Amino acid sequence: MDRFTKDEIHPKIIQKLLEDSDITIDDALENEMVLNMGPQHPATHGVLRLVLKLDGETVIGCVPDVGYLHRGYEKMAENMSYHEFIPHTDRLDYISPTANNVAWVMAVEKLAGVEVPVRAQYIRMIIAELARIASHLVAIGSFAMDVGALTVFLWTFREREKIMDIWDIVCGARFTNSYTRIGGVANDMQPEAIALIKKFLEGIDNNLIECEKLLNTNRIFIERLDGVGVISKEDALSYGYTGPNLRATGVDFDLRRAVPYLQYDKIDFRIPTFTEGDCLARYFVRTDEIRESAKIVRQCLQLMPSGEIKANLPKRVLPNKAEVYTKMEELILDFMLINFGINPPVGEIYHAIEGSKGELGFYLVSDGKGNPWKCKIRSPSFIHIQSLPHLVKGRMISDVVAIIGSIDPIMGEADK
Amino acid sequence: MELKEIIIQKLNEHFPDAGFEFSEYINEFNIKLDKKFIQPVCKFLKEDSELEFLLCEDITAVDWARRKKRFTVVYHIFTLKHNYRLVLKCDVEEDDCNIDSVTSVWRTSNWQERECYDMYGIKFNNHPDMRRIYMPEDFEYYPLRKEFPLMGIPGSLSLPKK
Repeated sequence: MDRFTKDEIHPKIIQKLLEDSDITIDDALENEMVLNMGPQHPATHGVLRLVLKLDGETVIGCVPDVGYLHRGYEKMAENMSYHEFIPHTDRLDYISPTANNVAWVMAVEKLAGVEVPVRAQYIRMIIAELARIASHLVAIGSFAMDVGALTVFLWTFREREKIMDIWDIVCGARFTNSYTRIGGVANDMQPEAIALIKKFLEGIDNNLIECEKLLNTNRIFIERLDGVGVISKEDALSYGYTGPNLRATGVDFDLRRAVPYLQYDKIDFRIPTFTEGDCLARYFVRTDEIRESAKIVRQCLQLMPSGEIKANLPKRVLPNKAEVYTKMEELILDFMLINFGINPPVGEIYHAIEGSKGELGFYLVSDGKGNPWKCKIRSPSFIHIQSLPHLVKGRMISDVVAIIGSIDPIMGEADK
Repeated sequence: MELKEIIIQKLNEHFPDAGFEFSEYINEFNIKLDKKFIQPVCKFLKEDSELEFLLCEDITAVDWARRKKRFTVVYHIFTLKHNYRLVLKCDVEEDDCNIDSVTSVWRTSNWQERECYDMYGIKFNNHPDMRRIYMPEDFEYYPLRKEFPLMGIPGSLSLPKK
C-alpha cells in the first residue's frame, strides 16, 4: 500500500500532530495495525492466540502463539508407568479420545513386543473410526458455525451425541474413555453396544446428507470458502501436513493404507482426495471421510471374530479384575504391574497411526524400567497451526476465522 | 536391491566423512551421523529422485543425563514414494549445545526445532526464528532436561507485580 508523504498532508494536521510529543509523523502515517486475536476467542477453537498485522482489513502478517494449554505431558509421562499414561492421552485430542488411546497402547505394545488378539484389534478399529466420525462431525459443525451457519452445528452435534452414547455403553465413560489397555481392551464389546453402533450406522448417511443440504447449496457458505486459504501440494508436504488437510491438496497419503496397522489391510475403503487445497476442499474431504469410516466400521462388525480381548502375557497385560479379587497369582501380578510397570526392553521406537486430525505418533525411549525414559508426542494440530501465517497472508480478517476452522486444530493436542 | 541398501550405498558415496552408523531395531532403520552433516544429508535425502523423503514427521531430542555426549537429536522422516520411515540421529554435547537447522529443507522443522530448543536448550544454527514456543520468553530453565524436577522450580515463572 502507498502512503501519503509528509508534503501531501495538510500543514494543520502536521502541526496538531507535532503538539503531541509522543507521536512521530511516521507513526501517524502508518496505516498498519496490530490485532491480538485470542487466546480467549470462540473462533480460535480453544486457547490459540494469533497476533495479526493488518492493513485496513487485509492481513499482512500473522504470528501464532501456542502454549496456553501446555501441561507438560511429555515430562509427566517420564515419571509415570505406561498404564498410568493411558487416561492422559484422552486429554490430548479431547474430541477423539479413543483414537489417542489406541495410538498410545500400540506404541507401547510395539516397544514391549506384545501381540494383540484379533478381536481386540477389530474393537480398536471400530472405536478409532467412531472417534474419527465424532471428530469430523465436530470439525464440520464448528467450522460451519464459524462462518455463520449455526444450524449445522446443532445437527452434527446431535449425531455426535449418539457416538457418545455408544462409548458410554462400550466403556462406561462418555468423554474421557481410557478404554484400551496394553495388550487389548478393558472389556469386551457387549451386544447392546453393537446394536447401538448398527443403529447409528443406519442413520448416519441420511443424517449427513441432511447436514450437507444445509451447506452444499448455501451460496454464502461456498463463497466464503471457495479459493480461501489455498495451499499447494508441495507447500503442504513441506509444512508437514498429514490427514484430511493433506488429502485436500491432492496427495492420497493415509497411514492406514501406506503402513497398514491393526487389520486395515483386510478392509476395503477409499481415500477421499481433492486437489484444490482450499477451505472448501478440506470440508469435502471430512464429509467423505465420515462415509468411509462408517463403511470401515460396518466391515469390522462383519469381520470381527469372537475370542479373547486381551493377550495372554501375565508379565505385561493386566489380569481381569474379577480374577484379581479371587485368585492369589492374579492379585500378585496386578500388584506388580501397577507398582513397577511393564518394563519393556531397552530400545526406542516411533509408532504413528492415522488419527482424526492427521498423523498421531508417539516416540518412546525405554531404559528397561517401568516408566519411559522419554516420550514425545507428535501431534498433527501443532504442525498444522504452524502453517497459519502462510494460509492467512493477504486474506481478509474474516477469512482467518474460516481458515482456522478448516484446518481444525485442537489445542489440547497442539500444546500437549 | 532393498531400499535400505540403496540408502546406505548412496549416503556412503556422497558423504564419505559423515561417520555413518547404521542399525535396525523393530523394523526401524536408524542412521547415526556427525552433527555437522545433518543439513546436507537431509537435503540430499529429500531431493534425491530415487528416495524423496518429502515428509519430516518429527524432530525431537533425548537427554541421556550421564552420557558423555548428553543429547541426541532425533529426526523421523518419511518417503511417500516407498512408504518407508527413516530415523536420523545426531549426538550433541552439553558444552557445545548446537546443531544446524534443517528449516531450509522442510519448513515444518521450524516449530519442531523451536520446541526442541524450548524443552532441551539445544540451539539450532541458521534458524529463522529461534524463540521459545511453549514456555514464557523469560523462563530460565529447560523443562525436559532430566535435572528439572517434576514439581517445577518455585518462583521460576514470574507473576505480574501487585
